[in-house]
Amino acid sequence: MDNEVKLHGFWPSPFVYRVIWALKLKGIEYDYIEEDLANKSELLLRYNPVYKKVPVLVHAGKPISESLVILEYIEEVWPHSPLLPKDPYERSVARFWINFATDKGRSAVRSLFWGGGDGKKEAAEQMFDFLKIIEEQALGDKKFFGGNSINMVDLIFAWFACWIQPMEQLVGIKVLEPSRLPSLHAWVKNFKEEPIIKENLPDPERLLAYYTRLTSNLVSKPT
Amino acid sequence: MEEVKLFGHPASPFSCRVEIALKLKGVHYDFIAEDPSNKSPQLLQYNPVHKKIPVLLHNGKPIAESLVILEYIDEVWKTNPILPQNPHEKAKARFWANYVEEKCLPALFKTFWSVGEQYDKDKAEAGEVLKFLEDELQGKKFFGGDSIGLVDIVANFMAFWFRTIQEALGLDVLTKDNFPKLWEWAENYVNCSDINQFLPPKDKLIAIFPPPYMGQHLVAFFQSRLAAAAAAK
Repeated sequence: MDNEVKLHGFWPSPFVYRVIWALKLKGIEYDYIEEDLANKSELLLRYNPVYKKVPVLVHAGKPISESLVILEYIEEVWPHSPLLPKDPYERSVARFWINFATDKGRSAVRSLFWGGGDGKKEAAEQMFDFLKIIEEQALGDKKFFGGNSINMVDLIFAWFACWIQPMEQLVGIKVLEPSRLPSLHAWVKNFKEEPIIKENLPDPERLLAYYTRLTSNLVSKPT
Repeated sequence: MEEVKLFGHPASPFSCRVEIALKLKGVHYDFIAEDPSNKSPQLLQYNPVHKKIPVLLHNGKPIAESLVILEYIDEVWKTNPILPQNPHEKAKARFWANYVEEKCLPALFKTFWSVGEQYDKDKAEAGEVLKFLEDELQGKKFFGGDSIGLVDIVANFMAFWFRTIQEALGLDVLTKDNFPKLWEWAENYVNCSDINQFLPPKDKLIAIFPPPYMGQHLVAFFQSRLAAAAAAK
């Protein structure tokens, strides 16, 4: 069995992009399979029977699911161009922030963008509080979360670099304001300008159209 | 001279996970029991973001979040690895640890708060979640194989905390009949000497459940359910 790498993905997904960036930053060749989530392939269902979701990485015929698990796997198998610090303590700090973004970030996003109309202002403040912690304690005065170069923490927080804008437009609330979150705002710009990231970003217009459709479907659902 | 301290709570499953890992690796540590209603200035200094236990302090440097701590412990102390060496097997272990934490824990604990039709619904949902773990245990004594690994450590709440409260409430979500392999795993697990020294006495566990941060209304609800279950026996 050869060492073929395949990635099952879905173009609007920030979780899929994390894996794409990791593979490209490490110069790993792979085949990309676009999944239609309304009509999932037999392969996807076989590779990820528990969640039935993308991304799924398949390496030498063996599947790995869950973006964070995939990133740790990629880091382990292809350690060049490291995405995590070598020192165990520094790694634990990186993992702490990844965990924080996954846990607290997810609930902040959920209440702001998928929650009902009434609590929007409160949800926006909750999101701001979350982002403020990120800016002050995770980013600090560094250019990237990884220091002078991008690391896994940047890839996880990239949600705020590219996906937050269409959401802000849909909800009509600007969360990532340069005056309130100056360092994070600068990070967004720096992240999107990094060579490999720049060439691999979702199209903002297409993303906005996609999320517009998604949220209108939610609104028109019978209660 | 290595200094290892653990800020924890004797009845917390999250704190217990760290103790199990340190014990498996023969690491000596000082245990500092935190009172959740009166957190020490040190805890607040070492975990300013979450202000929670467990926090591991190694040579003055703090690590928070039990799963992050477990990965750190496995990287620093190489005796008795809790993660497999093979990258694909390691990824599988992380996948299941994540599944236990993200899917099982909420699904199981949800069943404590519902009654009647809602309970039946929640019980069925929890069953769907547990089915995957039942399958995963086929042909194995522990999730880690012959010995305890990361997934077993993370699933500690299932083996002891959940089953203890389930029994006190007279519920039937995870039973010997409906999940024989999981039940057998749980029995083996709580009888392990590396584990059971860290398990709190059952009555103490019940006495402090639910934790106050969950809200007083839940505390009251839980007390009434306990009383009802005791009367029904």
